[in-house]
Amino acid sequence: MANSEQQKHDSLAERVSARLGARVLETDRSYGDLVFVVEKAAVHEVLSYLKNDEKFDLLLDVAGVDCVKLPEYRERFELEYILYATGVDHRVRVRVPVPEFALDVPTATDLWRAANWAEREAHEMFGFVFTGHPCLKRLLTHQQFEGHPLRKDYPVMQGQWCATTSSLEEELEE
Amino acid sequence: MTDKKPNLDDFVPKAGEAKGPYSAGDFSADLDYSGDTAADGTTLDDIDTQPMYINIGPTHPATHGTFRVYCKLDGERIKKAAVDIGYLHRGFEKIVEHRKYNQVIPYTDRLNYCSGLVNNIGFCKAVERMLGIEVPERTQVIRVILMEIQRIMDHMICVGANIVDIGALTNFWYFFNAREKLNDVLEALTGARLTYSYTRVGGLAWDLPEDFRERVKAALEGIPKAIRDVTGLIKKNRIFLDRSRGVGVIDAEKALSFGWTGPCLRATGYPMDLRKVRPYYHYDQFSFDVPIGANGDVYDRVFVRIAEMEESLRIIYQAIDNVPGGPINVDNKDIVLPAKDEVHNTMEGLINHFKLVIEGVKPPPGRIYDSIEAPNGELGFYIISDGTGQPYRIKVRPPCFYLMNTLKYLIEGAMVADIVAILAGLNIIAGELDR
Repeated sequence: MANSEQQKHDSLAERVSARLGARVLETDRSYGDLVFVVEKAAVHEVLSYLKNDEKFDLLLDVAGVDCVKLPEYRERFELEYILYATGVDHRVRVRVPVPEFALDVPTATDLWRAANWAEREAHEMFGFVFTGHPCLKRLLTHQQFEGHPLRKDYPVMQGQWCATTSSLEEELEE
Repeated sequence: MTDKKPNLDDFVPKAGEAKGPYSAGDFSADLDYSGDTAADGTTLDDIDTQPMYINIGPTHPATHGTFRVYCKLDGERIKKAAVDIGYLHRGFEKIVEHRKYNQVIPYTDRLNYCSGLVNNIGFCKAVERMLGIEVPERTQVIRVILMEIQRIMDHMICVGANIVDIGALTNFWYFFNAREKLNDVLEALTGARLTYSYTRVGGLAWDLPEDFRERVKAALEGIPKAIRDVTGLIKKNRIFLDRSRGVGVIDAEKALSFGWTGPCLRATGYPMDLRKVRPYYHYDQFSFDVPIGANGDVYDRVFVRIAEMEESLRIIYQAIDNVPGGPINVDNKDIVLPAKDEVHNTMEGLINHFKLVIEGVKPPPGRIYDSIEAPNGELGFYIISDGTGQPYRIKVRPPCFYLMNTLKYLIEGAMVADIVAILAGLNIIAGELDR
């Protein structure tokens, strides 16, 4: 099984580099996984290629990362899209370095509807701004909450007093 | 019992058989029913109606946790809905960045608290893959048995509570009688009834008690009867059929787009089960089937879960007699604590113990995403290690987060009373939803 997965990785990496060669900055194969590192401007193009042409029909997760305390990194923040092609049982990840002072990333909600809440969570936890998202509001934290709790500079013990019930009018009409 | 294959046709209606009065298949459902005419000839256009706004939750018996659904009603129909979650957000992902890998395990118990062991195992499996180790055969089989016991227990709560929410309490007790026996087994094994924390990175906390096999077999005896009793009560029950068939319908393509996995996805007829497609812990050597539904409604979700309980029983019966002997932990002093007499009687053992407790297990720097088939769907852990004893970042992929994302679209166009039926059928566990 492990070998066939590596073969799938090989053939997909070949197709992607033939099609989107310049868009993929790096291909990471550690732990037997396949990760495409993609520049921010090309992320939507790469994701829609994977969704529509390679049939990655399931967006498993969108994970934000604050890299500031890692020994080496490209940009301070990173987004990682975890994709799964259920038809052929194949997993890839797409990693997008995002600079600290340009946190806008094109949304993937037009490709997978699962991206809606996943991106809202990345937005509140790290401050990414997903352009084109239908309702980019805080999801798990309170509407009055200030700051981005999963950034490394947010103190782990710092609580905030939030008491006003949020009006859900905006979500209602989404 | 082991040879018995449940006949899925008994459980699942044929395609096209069950069509309810309304369907959420098209999310932009046409809600214009101004043509409806009352007995005396008045139509809705003759009446001055205003939308009504109601809140369900944050604390409501049917929300199974704490979250809020805000609805705009037209009569008893929901025109628009908004779902607000986060009332149980405890900052799991922030806390665990300040804990050792083994100290994370008790926090994972509190994700899906209906099946804590599955979370323990899922997390340990991800860290073990990062460390490049494989736990011994004995541990793998024990983990399979425990995961399947927890799957049965989780489905019992979900199905039982789902039927309670639409008005039938008896089934709940039938399931909880049987579930209590399983709970006693796990209590004898782990000492806890809810937050087990039984696994460790590289193995298990301790070995099975001597009479574990007999205890499990005795506890499993009551389950087929409980399943029979419950299916007997609901399968041809007119009230249950009316409340569940054709309610909360979704097709496989939309479900995948919304990130559905697990029994809810399989209820739409899409047979994706990680135990089959990406087998781990020798799941490919057990014989079991993947039950699927036909219509993707509440009825299918209930009966897919009930059929899965029977499949889990088959797996446990195959595994429980074939637990291999040998060690339960990997033989690696950098990962697993030394035996107690070694710690008390030798200097090397003491130093080893001290170093491992203070510094923790240290996976090599890197990133990994690893997942297992939890009772609710795919439970994934995305872990970044920077080479120290503390994880740099852990992102949990909770299965019900993506189910809950869909709730808004499932209930728009349905009746108020259907909210609880749809909600309970998705098996929302606020602990893993909000983390």
